[in-house]
Amino acid sequence: MFLKTALLVLRKDFAIEVKSREILYTTLLFALSCVLVFSIAFVKEGEPLEDAAAGILWIAIEFAGTLALGRTFERERYGETLRALLLAPASRAAIYVGKMLGIVVLLVICELLLVPLVALLFRSRLFAAPALLVGLLLAGTLGFAVVGSLFAAMLVRARTRDVMLPILLYPMTVPLMIAGVRGTVALTQSPVDQTSAVMWIVLLLCMDTVFLVLALWTFEPLMTE
Amino acid sequence: MIRRLLLTVWLAAVAAATALAFQPPAAQSEYVPVKDLPPVDQLPAAPLLVAAYSFIWLVAMFYLWTIWRRLGKVETEMRALEQRRSHSRR
Amino acid sequence: MKKAFLPLLLLTTAMFAYAPVVIAHADYESTMGLVQKVMYFHAPSGMVMLISAVVCGVASALFLWKKDPAADRVAIAAAELTALFGLIVLVTGPLWARKAWGVWWVWEARLTMSFVGWLIAVGYLFVRKYGGPGSDKLGAALAVFGTANVPFIYVSVNIWRTMHPMTTVVPTLQAGMRGAFWFSALTLFLLYGLLLTARVHLERQRAALDQLYLSEED
Repeated sequence: MFLKTALLVLRKDFAIEVKSREILYTTLLFALSCVLVFSIAFVKEGEPLEDAAAGILWIAIEFAGTLALGRTFERERYGETLRALLLAPASRAAIYVGKMLGIVVLLVICELLLVPLVALLFRSRLFAAPALLVGLLLAGTLGFAVVGSLFAAMLVRARTRDVMLPILLYPMTVPLMIAGVRGTVALTQSPVDQTSAVMWIVLLLCMDTVFLVLALWTFEPLMTE
Repeated sequence: MIRRLLLTVWLAAVAAATALAFQPPAAQSEYVPVKDLPPVDQLPAAPLLVAAYSFIWLVAMFYLWTIWRRLGKVETEMRALEQRRSHSRR
Repeated sequence: MKKAFLPLLLLTTAMFAYAPVVIAHADYESTMGLVQKVMYFHAPSGMVMLISAVVCGVASALFLWKKDPAADRVAIAAAELTALFGLIVLVTGPLWARKAWGVWWVWEARLTMSFVGWLIAVGYLFVRKYGGPGSDKLGAALAVFGTANVPFIYVSVNIWRTMHPMTTVVPTLQAGMRGAFWFSALTLFLLYGLLLTARVHLERQRAALDQLYLSEED
């Protein structure tokens, strides 16, 4: 029942998005602009700075993700559908998981574009260990979506939600970013540093578990008024 | 016209003289090794220690002062409210 | 309880004023010399910061689940003090590091996560101030997440071997330093307790004022 509700919420968001593709396109373009700005900042005489690609990739994911979170919940607020969702006879936690999965899907689509682009523009050997890279990206994206969806849902009714979301989200996701970047750097080494990468993936999964448990616990009392 | 030209030449001469006066000193021709840093070049620890201690004093006092100030404001409002109530009751 | 406040405050102030004497009599550390004495304020401030973060988290959890307004008052007071003592840690640490390590700051595990913890505490205060309606619950959830950070900050120096001293330093302090350390620690713990009490009192008075306004409208 729980999973069914979550998947139903996911399908709803997906259906709305497929019609307009507004959030997808704007997020993709924003991520692209981010990478452009970073390429100007971190490229010296045509040569990218070493290990810059890893950092740039994760920063672009974080910034684009923050925007996507804001837009997704803004849509709910605008259509007053959030109240409808909360009134529905469904577990609040399931609604939260559904929205969170929606963000994960959106960010994964962004990453499908971002990763090859960053690898190309910064001449980085990101695809040396593709399976590990996929694992790392999924673990990091999941953690970001877990924390982000909770905070974005909490802030939906706040006046200063646009600026409060980054203020609250970025410190909280610093451990995720550190693990993601260091894991990506390990994957771009000349002989791929597999042990380090696996260590960072495991750390990310531990953090994801802690965050998910906390989020599931706090969503219920939070969204009750 | 002539005056402007003379002024320009004079200013240029002053600028050149200033630039020449501020020439950097002649570069070192060889290094002289030394075993220990002279005491004047070592970073003194006492100012850092004193700065840390004073910082805590200042911060703690500032915070206590802000609590006192806020409490004062709340209590003034409470007294004003109490007074209004006792007046309206009469 | 209230009557004990002023005498305790005077006692704490006296202890803090006397602390430099105690610290001056303590042994020097063999490699760092005089600047190591910043530890007598830096380490206890760190302990207080972490304790305060846990207090805030527990109080926030109580507020979220039991809806106890007293818990919310403790939570906001503890968050302010986490930010305060976090600021002390983040300023005294670099003052020590400048001489001991040669740099003001290093992006290693404990420093980074302490900075993050401080940012979360400040974020909590921003949420309470600018979050609008429902910001108390919002802040409480943030505090719960922030508390999950605390064990990580504590344990990080043992997992990642970096320049920052490990957690084994304090329990294994020698007799020459132990007295001074625990004297300073006691002073700072007392200060924390007093500041927390004062701040909770302010919140309680504010709540009483709100009640007065509400009852007036009836």
